[in-house]
Amino acid sequence: MRFLLLFSRQGKLRLQKWFTPISEREKKKIIRDMTNMVLARQPRSSNFLDWKDLKIIYKRYASLYFCLAIESQENELLALEVIHRYVELLDKYFGNVCELDIIFNFEKAYFILDEFLMGGEIQETSKQIVNRCIESSDMLQEDDNSEWYEVELFG
Amino acid sequence: MSDVVEKTLTALPSLLSLDSQPGAAKLSSTSKLGNLIRGITELTSKHEEEKLIHRELASIKEQVSSPNTSMRQMKELMVRAIYCESLGYEASFSYIHAIKLAQQGTGLEKRVGYLAVSLFLNENHELLLLLVNTVLKDLQSTNLIEVCMALTVVSQMFPKDMIPAILPLVEEKLNHPKEIIRRKAVLALYKFYLIAPNQVQHIHNKFRKALCDKDPGVMTASLHIYLQMIQENAEGYKDLTASFVSILKQVVGGKLPIDFNYHSVPAPWLQIQLIRILSLLGKNDQRTSEIMYEVLDESLRRAEMNHNITYAILYECVKCIYTIHPKSDLLEKAAKCIGNFVLSPKINLKYLGLKALTYVIQQDPKLALQHQMTIIECLDHPDLIIKRETLELLFRITNTQNVVVIVEKMLEFLRMSTDDYTTIDLVGKVAELAEKYPSDCVCFSYKNYTYAPDNEWFIETMNTVFSLSGDTMQPDIPNSFLKLLSEGFESVEEDRKLRLFAVDSYVTLLKGETGKLPQFFLQVISWVLGEYSHLSEELKPATVLELLQKLLDRKQTSSETKSWALMAMTKLCEGRAGVSVAQQVSETYISSMDTVLRQRAQELQHLSQDSELRARVLPRDADLEPLEVDSSLSFLDGFVSEALAAGAAPYKPPHQRQEELSQAKVLSLEPYGLSLPISMSSCSIADRQSPTLLSMSSGLSGDSTDLSHKGGSTTLKFEGVKRVWGKEGYLAQKESVEEAVQVEAPSPLRSTSQQAEVVGSHSQTPTLTPTPEPEQEKQQLASSLFFGISSQSSVCLMGKSGPTPQRFRRKAKGQSSSSGATEQMSNSVVFTSTTVDNLLCNNPPDSTITSEVDVSSSKHTSELPQGLTAANGTCDIEAELTDSDLKGSSPPLSGDNGLENADPDPHENLDKPQGVCLSSHLPAELSGLCRSEITPLCTLQNLDLSACHVHREDTIVLVVFITNSSDSAVQHIRLDLDSELLEVSCVSESPAKDVRSVAVYLYSLTVRRPAVHVELAGTVSYQVPVGTPQTAQFSYKLPLTAFIRPLTVSTEEYGTMWLAFSHDTKQNLTLINDGQEPLVATLNVLRKKLQLHVVEVIGVEGILACKLLQDQPCLMHFRVHEGALAVWLRSPVPDLPDCLIYHCQRALQEH
Repeated sequence: MRFLLLFSRQGKLRLQKWFTPISEREKKKIIRDMTNMVLARQPRSSNFLDWKDLKIIYKRYASLYFCLAIESQENELLALEVIHRYVELLDKYFGNVCELDIIFNFEKAYFILDEFLMGGEIQETSKQIVNRCIESSDMLQEDDNSEWYEVELFG
Repeated sequence: MSDVVEKTLTALPSLLSLDSQPGAAKLSSTSKLGNLIRGITELTSKHEEEKLIHRELASIKEQVSSPNTSMRQMKELMVRAIYCESLGYEASFSYIHAIKLAQQGTGLEKRVGYLAVSLFLNENHELLLLLVNTVLKDLQSTNLIEVCMALTVVSQMFPKDMIPAILPLVEEKLNHPKEIIRRKAVLALYKFYLIAPNQVQHIHNKFRKALCDKDPGVMTASLHIYLQMIQENAEGYKDLTASFVSILKQVVGGKLPIDFNYHSVPAPWLQIQLIRILSLLGKNDQRTSEIMYEVLDESLRRAEMNHNITYAILYECVKCIYTIHPKSDLLEKAAKCIGNFVLSPKINLKYLGLKALTYVIQQDPKLALQHQMTIIECLDHPDLIIKRETLELLFRITNTQNVVVIVEKMLEFLRMSTDDYTTIDLVGKVAELAEKYPSDCVCFSYKNYTYAPDNEWFIETMNTVFSLSGDTMQPDIPNSFLKLLSEGFESVEEDRKLRLFAVDSYVTLLKGETGKLPQFFLQVISWVLGEYSHLSEELKPATVLELLQKLLDRKQTSSETKSWALMAMTKLCEGRAGVSVAQQVSETYISSMDTVLRQRAQELQHLSQDSELRARVLPRDADLEPLEVDSSLSFLDGFVSEALAAGAAPYKPPHQRQEELSQAKVLSLEPYGLSLPISMSSCSIADRQSPTLLSMSSGLSGDSTDLSHKGGSTTLKFEGVKRVWGKEGYLAQKESVEEAVQVEAPSPLRSTSQQAEVVGSHSQTPTLTPTPEPEQEKQQLASSLFFGISSQSSVCLMGKSGPTPQRFRRKAKGQSSSSGATEQMSNSVVFTSTTVDNLLCNNPPDSTITSEVDVSSSKHTSELPQGLTAANGTCDIEAELTDSDLKGSSPPLSGDNGLENADPDPHENLDKPQGVCLSSHLPAELSGLCRSEITPLCTLQNLDLSACHVHREDTIVLVVFITNSSDSAVQHIRLDLDSELLEVSCVSESPAKDVRSVAVYLYSLTVRRPAVHVELAGTVSYQVPVGTPQTAQFSYKLPLTAFIRPLTVSTEEYGTMWLAFSHDTKQNLTLINDGQEPLVATLNVLRKKLQLHVVEVIGVEGILACKLLQDQPCLMHFRVHEGALAVWLRSPVPDLPDCLIYHCQRALQEH
């Protein structure tokens, strides 16, 4: 995986994750390209796009587009399911997730992503484990008495 | 892990119930971020947004720098800063505070700090260095969450140079009791492996432990590393096949905890990862493949649910089945799977089906037949990606019969493509096809295309390609096109027609609107017109000149194109009209600011005035002689040494300067040998850097006649272009003959019927029910697209195992292209070696004798190490020697390369007996050592001179034999040897001044100045009792390799020496691929043939050392890079690296 972008139907970027080093200028250009290309897609076309030597896998959930770039020899359907699993994780965490959740709590969305993907690869495929990691560390950190929870959490 | 968390959750029920809807409560309406976001959404104009954000940023800036801000507030501020940045506003003032937050915060604050850092900073941002300490501290923390955060950030954006600092700590975490930490540590190491593979090499067996981890998460994480490592070296991991198979079996069998299921499919990501690994392991390996058949079958069977994730698994299975050693029933199932995909109404699946089909089509072309109607439909699919994939598929099944239609389809796509990347890619493919399938193919008709792919088709297709591609084309396409035109085919008449057609079509183009033609195309046009417009009888040079002049006057024409046009005019300016046009044009450009243009204008001016000179430097219809490229630019040596003598600093190539700069700046943490910044992919003969490159430009301006002589061809890059049509005539003719054998030259009519047969035999595919009227056109298209495949696949049994028809034909073509060369190789070694000389070092071979010396000497140097290194090896060789002496007919040193046997040269045989006798005259102390063959130098009335050189450990001894064949004694023999490059000192002369039978002279040689071959000139004078004094001249040539000896140094010594040496050169060499590790194999060959000392081999890099007698070291650094061997040589002696590179090349070529 090369990068993951979340943007709204209006083309507003909601979340960006780059798995390989890319310069700021290049990032801006990619974001612009992606939003333009994906938003211009006709209905009833596939969820895949060619972009340079990469494949772009995108999927729309309500008003939000998830857009994942993979190398062209990778498995597009699997990438689609990576997106879906991430949405499921968000959904489980926020409870019926909507775009506003992600706008207002984007740092949480990043944390969830970090538990799910690491270095451009799937880190944990078990939904429960990912979610518990997030929730537990959440609780632990929001409470001042963190020492105690930590002991409990990790046995 | 799960049970731990389970326990935790049960231990904290109260907390959970407090917040049963975790997300909802966090939409705090009072938070500042909330306000900011709401504020922005309420705004209507971009301008207002800017104002708001700037205000916001100002307030954030003020607060973060205030000492009273608590970490908790800081966290809040940081989140807002991230938000502003993500909107595209810069908040660089906050970067340092993000690092501070990561350093000083606790818990969530720290986490936000790390997040901000990873979002703000790039991998090579200098502030990241400040983070290293924080990460170190957190990695050692007892707080597990802090360790987790550190590992996460490390795998995201850690500066490469700093990896060694934290590596031990991360490694340690592999043994951590908590699985989440182990998992993250494994992934962090995976990331390190990707960015700096050398640094994690030593922990490979720890990865094995991770693979056996009892936690499935850790095991899954380790598979990423394994996939990567197996991709690079499948051989090393074959023993793990059974383990991977058994893991996959357990996963498929549902043995993992239920929460690894995804839509009731057990751990699909894990499955796919395993299948990928298996396909790499089973590739070209029947035994390993057999282990996995069962589990693949099982996976296929289990994956029956109607869900994307099962299709993803099926796709991987299919790919795997077609990659590993074939098994027929699995192939059948896989083919059925592909069928289901392709026929699916779901567009995503259809795409994946096409992709799979493209992948397998080379092995099984009849699958394309089964699905031909679907493929035709996909060609007109509204979704571009489907269309593109279909073209990719067609590209793979192109043959002589369908190439016209397929190329037409590709051009159609090109015409509407707007994306540069796709255009470049497709243009390359069309050009490849057009050049690959030239004239004389079977005629056929489809719609209005009634012509075969012939000359006109070729030119027209290339015209379209050029005009469509814009200026984004890869430069080798026009180059290879021009090369093809200039070299022509086998028939002179055909060539003429092709060129004439090109000229005519270009004149038409130039007469029309030229504004839209890309620069590349205009350059091609200029060159072709300049070179070939004389072929056309009705075309007057004046007309062409006028057209070119028009081109020059256009504003859009780039200066490069202008110089091409000027060059073309130089070739054409004859007659009074021509000269006047030429004068006029050169007037305009002679004062141009562009030096190249000015140069061309000068040439034009002078040559147009002097038609004799022009005819000499630009001969018409001159055969393209191979360009002799003096790659070391030795003709500039004089200039360089003058400059150096005048006090100029010696030239340092850019990379070296860069390196020195960076060395001066940054502390290198990497151990020596890995710290060489090597990106040599760009190094080729063309841009090779040698110390003499310095004065390149002066050489350019210095000799204009020489330059213009090369004319158009100097700017053409002739090497490295794929030869498809060539003088050897491997081309269409041969191919079509082959095809005729295979296919029995089907006529269009028959093929449709054949196709129908094939279709009938696959009646299980539903689409292919006979379709009447409206489908007819598609049918027709299909018959032209799949022409040739049907008949081929009927020849190839099953089309599955063994070479496929498509592949076979390609291969056969490759063979025939090189067959000319190989024949030469086997027939006469002498010839090839002289051509190599000729091409590479600009040393015109003066006689066959010299090249024989080369051959034999390189042969015996390969024997040398035994003689030198092992003390008792001497006896062995001696034994061999005497043995062959007895036989008399085999060469004195039995070479393992059999060069000698292939050499049919008759006089060699005559010389043998003499050589044998002479060898017995070798002084005793030299007789056991390796030596070259004894070569005759010259023959006078009754004297024969022969010589050989003997390798001693510290010197080279030249032995000259003077044989007196007459009865009378010869007196006053004087032998004088002289060489520019060599220092010759006499070791001993035969005591007798008059020779009756054989006199032996010994000289020791040392190299004064390295050259690829060093030559000695000699004079012999003598007197016979009755008669006048006689003299004769001779020469003796020996390769530089004779003076090379291994240099034994340690890696550390090597390191210090490397930095001290100033002369260097870089080049890419071909790797030897014969089964074993390519680097090691190649280095071994070089070590044997050139006598090098292998200092150390680390991963993909190897360092070697040698010395030129007496003590002039040369260090070599080899690195495998993108399938080639990047070599970097350094030495204190000028020219030595260049010469050695040449010998390395030769050694590898001969291998």
